[in-house]
Amino acid sequence: MNSYLFRIGSKTSGFLRSTQFVRSYSKHVKSESYKKALEDVETQVAESPCILYMKGIPERPECGFSNTAVRILQAEGAVFTSYNVLKNNDMREAVKEFGDWPTIPQLYVKGQFIGGADILMGLYKSGELSKLLNEAGVVKKDE
Amino acid sequence: MTTIGPIENEIKELLTKELNPINLEIINESYMHNVPKGSESHFKVKIVSEKFETLSMIEQHRLVNEILKNFIGNGKIHALSITSRTPTQWKKNNQTKINVDDDKSPSCKGGFGK
Repeated sequence: MNSYLFRIGSKTSGFLRSTQFVRSYSKHVKSESYKKALEDVETQVAESPCILYMKGIPERPECGFSNTAVRILQAEGAVFTSYNVLKNNDMREAVKEFGDWPTIPQLYVKGQFIGGADILMGLYKSGELSKLLNEAGVVKKDE
Repeated sequence: MTTIGPIENEIKELLTKELNPINLEIINESYMHNVPKGSESHFKVKIVSEKFETLSMIEQHRLVNEILKNFIGNGKIHALSITSRTPTQWKKNNQTKINVDDDKSPSCKGGFGK
């Protein structure tokens, strides 16, 4: 396997195309832990009314965009679970493949992919996020 | 940021070719993040195109993601912030005063270096 990769890498003209081929090939050869991660994402999204895949945790986000997503959800009074993709690289990649969305953070409400930080900001400003979260029943009730 | 890097150029060409935008702004925001100087890792794209006319926000973003998948998908760029508008929305917004801080990207929090 290693010598095969070396041969691909030594061709300079088709190098970029070759590396992309190797990358896409290796994605198809999914490890057991990656397959499990994909199943876990599917389960989490199906079972959690509102889940945010993010970098870090809500109390301490490790990325400005993840922080934005958390603050918006908190401003809306949403009750949500979160998953820190930085603690598991298989999960980090599985989340992107599952949602067919290349970046983190990602919000799912009632199994539906809503978007990342930019979209959440847009929906928040327009009031659509509030409507969406209320209709899904994931907003804290005032006591 | 005065010099435009190769990745920024490629992104500009691709988006121009695929979406024929009436307005396109690409901002290299790597300097705001925990990456080496001169990096091309974090970008903000503001784009106005007729092709967005019938699409929802998420569909617009998916379209941009799809066009730039060879950059985001294989880690050529780390983060992409997208602001997409239809020409109708853009014209409407341009006629009213906009607070320029509205579109500012959030501060890094050191994430990429970890």
